[in-house]
Amino acid sequence: MAQSMIPLTHFLVIGAILFSVSVAGIFLNRKNMLIILMCIELMLLAVNINFIAFSHFNQDMGGQVFVFFILTVAAAEAAIGLAILVVLFRNRGTINVQELDEMKG
Amino acid sequence: MNYELIIFYLFASVLVAAAISVVTVRNPVYAALFLILAFFSSSAIWIMLEAEFLGVVLILVYVGAVMVLFLFVIMMLDINIDILREGFIRYLPVGLLVAVAVAAEMIFVLTSDTIKTVVAPARHAADYSNTEALGEILYTDYVYPFEIAAVVLVVAIIAAIVLTHRKRDPSTKSQNISHQVRVKSSDRLRIIKMDAETKTSNKVGE
Amino acid sequence: MMENIYLAIPLAPLIGAIIAGVFGGKIGRTAAHIATIAGVATACVLSFIVLKHIAFDGNTYNETVYTWAATEGIAFNVGFLIDNLTAMMMVVVTFVSLMVHIYTIGYMEHDEHNWPEESLVGRNSYQRFFSYISLFTFSMLMLVMSNNFMQLFFGWEAVGLVSYLLIGFWSTRDTAIFANMKAFLVNRVGDFGFLLGIAAVLMYFGSMDYAEVFAKAPEVVGKTINIYGAAEWSVITVACILLFVGAMGKSAQVPLHVWLPDSMEGPTPISALIHAATMVTAGIFMVARMSPLFELSTTALSFVLIIGSITAFFMGLIGIVQNDIKRVVAYSTLSQLGYMTVALGAGVYGAAVFHLMTHAFFKALLFLAAGSVIIAMHHEQDMRKMGGLKKYMPITYWTSLIGSLALIGFPGFSGFFSKDLIIEAVHESHVPGAHFAYWMVLLGVFVTAFYSFRMFFLVFHGKERMDDHTKHHLKESPWVVTVPLIALAIPAVISGYLLDPMVVGDFFKGAIKGVGEHESLVSEISHHYHGIFPFILHGLSATPFWLAMGGLGSAWFIYMRKPEIAEWFYNKFRWIHTLLDNKYFIDDFNQKIFAGGAVALGKGLWKYGDRMLIDTGLVNDSAGFIKKLAGWSRYLQTGYMYHYAFSMIIGVLALMGWIIYKAG
Repeated sequence: MAQSMIPLTHFLVIGAILFSVSVAGIFLNRKNMLIILMCIELMLLAVNINFIAFSHFNQDMGGQVFVFFILTVAAAEAAIGLAILVVLFRNRGTINVQELDEMKG
Repeated sequence: MNYELIIFYLFASVLVAAAISVVTVRNPVYAALFLILAFFSSSAIWIMLEAEFLGVVLILVYVGAVMVLFLFVIMMLDINIDILREGFIRYLPVGLLVAVAVAAEMIFVLTSDTIKTVVAPARHAADYSNTEALGEILYTDYVYPFEIAAVVLVVAIIAAIVLTHRKRDPSTKSQNISHQVRVKSSDRLRIIKMDAETKTSNKVGE
Repeated sequence: MMENIYLAIPLAPLIGAIIAGVFGGKIGRTAAHIATIAGVATACVLSFIVLKHIAFDGNTYNETVYTWAATEGIAFNVGFLIDNLTAMMMVVVTFVSLMVHIYTIGYMEHDEHNWPEESLVGRNSYQRFFSYISLFTFSMLMLVMSNNFMQLFFGWEAVGLVSYLLIGFWSTRDTAIFANMKAFLVNRVGDFGFLLGIAAVLMYFGSMDYAEVFAKAPEVVGKTINIYGAAEWSVITVACILLFVGAMGKSAQVPLHVWLPDSMEGPTPISALIHAATMVTAGIFMVARMSPLFELSTTALSFVLIIGSITAFFMGLIGIVQNDIKRVVAYSTLSQLGYMTVALGAGVYGAAVFHLMTHAFFKALLFLAAGSVIIAMHHEQDMRKMGGLKKYMPITYWTSLIGSLALIGFPGFSGFFSKDLIIEAVHESHVPGAHFAYWMVLLGVFVTAFYSFRMFFLVFHGKERMDDHTKHHLKESPWVVTVPLIALAIPAVISGYLLDPMVVGDFFKGAIKGVGEHESLVSEISHHYHGIFPFILHGLSATPFWLAMGGLGSAWFIYMRKPEIAEWFYNKFRWIHTLLDNKYFIDDFNQKIFAGGAVALGKGLWKYGDRMLIDTGLVNDSAGFIKKLAGWSRYLQTGYMYHYAFSMIIGVLALMGWIIYKAG
């Protein structure tokens, strides 16, 4: 079997669906910051799938290097995001985004 | 229809289902667990795309570290799920509409002829190492970004610690290591001068 | 030697003015008036020397003394042109000024009583007054001695400034402030024309020097200028009319005459000096000086003639209904200035200048006499409260009589010669409008006689209508007042006998165009002239004399014998009285249209331009708009993370849609 039977479009469509689902997730769980963070992880995953798919079909390792860095940054982001969440909860007693309107104009 | 396609569809449907569950389930713990499932399935898809190293890393880093952190935080915080779920139904139509619009636009683009005509490359031989290939390019062309990524992670660790660190209650007993290390002999030992003792005629313990 | 004298003449009064003005507070009243009188007396004596040197020894002087500034092609010089015309003017100005200086000692003696106790303006006002009139003398001398337009304009504006300061001298009176503002504004209109005239001269003649301009005048005759639309105007005509507009302002010709009657708010000495004898005749002098230019434009002359004749007759009419003694004299001044202007328009500049001279003497005399009466009446100016002053003030009475006879042109008195000559000349003139002007000046003679003797009889004869307190204190004025009266009465009589050399002779040859030349109006008049006594005899049988006698007689009859005629006339022709009393409503017109218009325009600009457009519109509304915009856009900043996320997603969606649309 010299060639993959799955076309590039399939992978990209999966990424697109994943992205759309996480967009909808941000909408639906507008109050829960935890879920929002998870949705962001999902979005990054969708992007990563695209990267890897293109990397594979173009035979270019650069795409995978990007995914590597995205993973790194996403891990850092998750760590800091959760830390902020913890501090927030400690100070406000809630993670309800709707109550966080200190920045309101 | 070959096995490969079947496997792809299998993992893809699990992935989509897990993703939908992440955004819809009530309990954040379940959501986190479904996210783990999503990571697993996408990891499988990545491996199908000959990105074995990243697939493994995804599981190790995300499932092993990030998602554990998520679960840890979720369980640590005492959150009222009912309040957080308010308005879920109300926003469902809008959310769906936006999601469908985004998906439709993307799919419209992605299914265009330009992308369809991309031909899948030939598979690598069995002794091909994805890890080796990635390492070769990462430590040569991308060595500086790699270093910077390391710094970013260090910063993230420090930031997370600084943010969540709480001053201890003074009444709790604890070691202050820096004090212990910095301590000098004069802090502990007091040398006093005194006259030498003279021998008395009365010998004790003799 | 002579050059030093020429310099000394204007500078001596200037030094006096500086001493009295700057050090007045230190040196006191007596020293101040001694300093200024010494300055003016020096100038006066030197002027007589100059007159002898120039007029009798037959010299002229035209030199630049100092170059103030020079740019490409134009030099701004200070220079003197001394010829017979200038010499005569210098003598008149310095002599009248000297008399007025002396007179002022008496008139302003109690001036500090005219200021409110608490007002600081009263301090040293006496010294200040002397400083001003000396400064005026300096300015007027600079004006008449000038040999170029720049210095002429300097003198012109300087006398205007001093006039302004002196009209408003009693600055605690609202009417004085109004009057000096009015004089200032009306003169600005005239000066604007004058300045344009000078600019036109500079543009087309390329020089400001009289001699150069006059020499070049024949070349410019054919040139035309396009002012508005397609009409082509002769440059000479435009320049002359513009210059004459300046003269109209300064010499108070219709319609720019309105300031002169109001200027009587100033102290009487300056009414005599500035607003009768000298400054107001600057316009006449200027036109006479420019005679080589005016001679080249019949249109301009005709314009001058018409304006002059209207002023001469209609301003005299107003004099009849005035009750303020100074205002009667003021309207008489307007009327006489009209006569001079008529003479200019007819082309007999010599006659105009001659009348200027005689008028300077007898009108200064009349004003000073009026001032003397005012002093005696404790600053009461209403003639209805006077009467029978003859027996209290004999010197004032007799000098007034001389002045009045000179004014109405009684044969033998100076006014007779100058005025008859003007009427005669207008009769002979061929300038368009001369016929109209002839009738105006002829009727003017009757009017002049009527108002002059109405005033004379009301003041000096008839019942004593003043209150007892005033009556008790009535006495002749001190010698400082009466001496100038007598000193002015002498030239008021005899100056007319200079007719022979000054007008029909060659006195002004070279200074004034047309003198001593063939086929000019002047030589035509000279042709009819056979000596001074035949002239008097001829005058006795001529129409103007009988008109004057008629005016005198009717004034006597109406105001002395049958006052009910005046009453009857007043009731019967009230509209005429109303018209005259309101000065043909010109003041009301100016007040409503120009002043009111300017105020309305200013208010409009302030209200709509400044407050509405700039303050409210540009400043407040733009700030308000930003505030509103910010106030509205701050709601975009909800502070809710999901709102930002939502907008990001919408943005991505839109951007993506746009890219697809563009690509697709």
